[in-house]
Amino acid sequence: MLSKKNRIGWKYFLIAMPFMIYVIAFYFVPLFGWIYSFYNYNPALSFSQLKFVGFDNFMKMYNERSEIYRVLKNTLAMSFLLILVTPLPLIAAIMMNEIRHNKYKRFIQTVTTLPNFISWIVVFALAFAVFSSDGLYYTLLKNLHLDVPVIGLLGNNGAAWFFQAGLYVWKTIGWTMIIYMAAIAGIDSEQYEAARIDGAGKFGLMRHITIPGLAPTFFVLLLLQISNLLNNGFDQYFVFYNSLVADKLDVLDFYIYKVGWAVSDYSYATVLGMVKSLLGIALLFSVNYLSKKTKGESIL
Amino acid sequence: MNAKQRGSLAERAFDLFNYVFMALFSFICVYPFYYVFIYSISEPRLAQKGVYFWPGSLNFDAYVKVFSLNTIPHAFLVSVEKTLIFTVLCVYFSAMLSYLFTKHQMPFRRLMYRIVISSMYLNSGLIPWYITMKTYGLRNSFLLYVIPGIINAFYIILIKTYIEQLPSSLEESAQLDGAGFMTIFNKIIFPLSKPIVATVAVYASVGCWNSWIDNYLLVEKANLQTIQVILYGYLNEAQSMTQDLASMAAHAGAGRQLQFSPETIKMSITVISVLPIILVYPFLQKNFIKGIMLGAVKG
Repeated sequence: MLSKKNRIGWKYFLIAMPFMIYVIAFYFVPLFGWIYSFYNYNPALSFSQLKFVGFDNFMKMYNERSEIYRVLKNTLAMSFLLILVTPLPLIAAIMMNEIRHNKYKRFIQTVTTLPNFISWIVVFALAFAVFSSDGLYYTLLKNLHLDVPVIGLLGNNGAAWFFQAGLYVWKTIGWTMIIYMAAIAGIDSEQYEAARIDGAGKFGLMRHITIPGLAPTFFVLLLLQISNLLNNGFDQYFVFYNSLVADKLDVLDFYIYKVGWAVSDYSYATVLGMVKSLLGIALLFSVNYLSKKTKGESIL
Repeated sequence: MNAKQRGSLAERAFDLFNYVFMALFSFICVYPFYYVFIYSISEPRLAQKGVYFWPGSLNFDAYVKVFSLNTIPHAFLVSVEKTLIFTVLCVYFSAMLSYLFTKHQMPFRRLMYRIVISSMYLNSGLIPWYITMKTYGLRNSFLLYVIPGIINAFYIILIKTYIEQLPSSLEESAQLDGAGFMTIFNKIIFPLSKPIVATVAVYASVGCWNSWIDNYLLVEKANLQTIQVILYGYLNEAQSMTQDLASMAAHAGAGRQLQFSPETIKMSITVISVLPIILVYPFLQKNFIKGIMLGAVKG
């Protein structure tokens, strides 16, 4: 016999069931697609008609290792650049904290977060308007009778990584700044008072209170960035890809798309995606473990 | 306070630098939007020579042309429609599941919660996702835009945390009056959760408005294209668009007709695709920040 309490509990359970089926169907079922790594997938055939090829698709990673190295080089170069710029929003937030006019502060916050709300397609549209060979920047150079580079920044191979890192910073910095501003708001104001009484000036407060107060947040964001070593994202590289910068923008996320859609090697693309996902999870958990060991705090 | 007394020369120099630097920083963030806007309403020939702070004589022909093209207003409506429907579904069902997760008497509550949270870390990759969506029959279907993603682990954490701190007295008295689960959720919990629901709605709607990969990879039907993909097509002068642009260029040369250039067309479509975000921006920003604060407290 079910007690009344339990009956209500099971009623909730029944209501939750469709939700759980949904979650399984949309988040867990796609994982079964990894099985195609062992087959020669062909969209025209049914599963039973597919040819089982064992680890052939995995071997392909080894056989095409020069390609993999090239893609990994781009992926890691971009990740490294993005790790390198993690202090920028921190610095910007500390500077912003020193602005005393609240209206000006609010204005900066409003304006600098705007790029966060647009898609990479729109970022591309804006970058195209400004940096393409007949965009704003080159028109300005021309009108000022300065030297105009032959190739626009969008097609500049040597600058491609830095340009993409710059765009990424432009899009995300205002947003990350808010995270730091929230952390600054959480610092006990008594600490500032005490330091001021001890005669600390503006820079003293920054160095001895604000920066140490922000260190935990910085550490978490840095670790998350490190755990994303293999995930540069797809959108950005897809929209900015062109033949002039092709060899530089071939990051893992984009390469997987290319293997799948341009070459139609679905099985190999699945293998690459699977390896990337598994390594990503392993990386996330090791970084989390590291954080637990050193700081006694989990970042997840 | 005695800022003047305390401020050393170095500190005052820093302040000055700081104010100027922040102004410059703000300028860099917002100017590209402004530039695209003034370019789109400039006369094409003047725009090409260079516009910087002020449009070169007002000219809205590009917009007239864009709105006469049919594909663009239609894609805009598809985007609006999918964003509204997705946001409503996402907010309502995420809130309902969050509410269920606050029910301690529900069997397997912890296990189910863990399953939902773990979905945050699962990533099957592009191809398995594509194949699954195709298998579900979502290819070339409007449902592809509004069904996947309505249960989101991050939103569940936010809403559940919020519901847990609501006073339980209202709910209990409604229960005594014989109100069922759905009545309590619809009449009490959901309205009381309005602040967090607004935040989640903002996250969901911005994400949906900006998403395009689903459209790009799985939807070919002309009448289901979203504004993002149309914009991308025009920027790249994809085949179907080159004809439009070419005919535009031809017209532009004829004079007396509408005055526009491929560039002003691209710029005006960009403006149209950003416009909804700008229009509700203060509301968006306020709620986004609230989400960060809550997330920071939680994390």
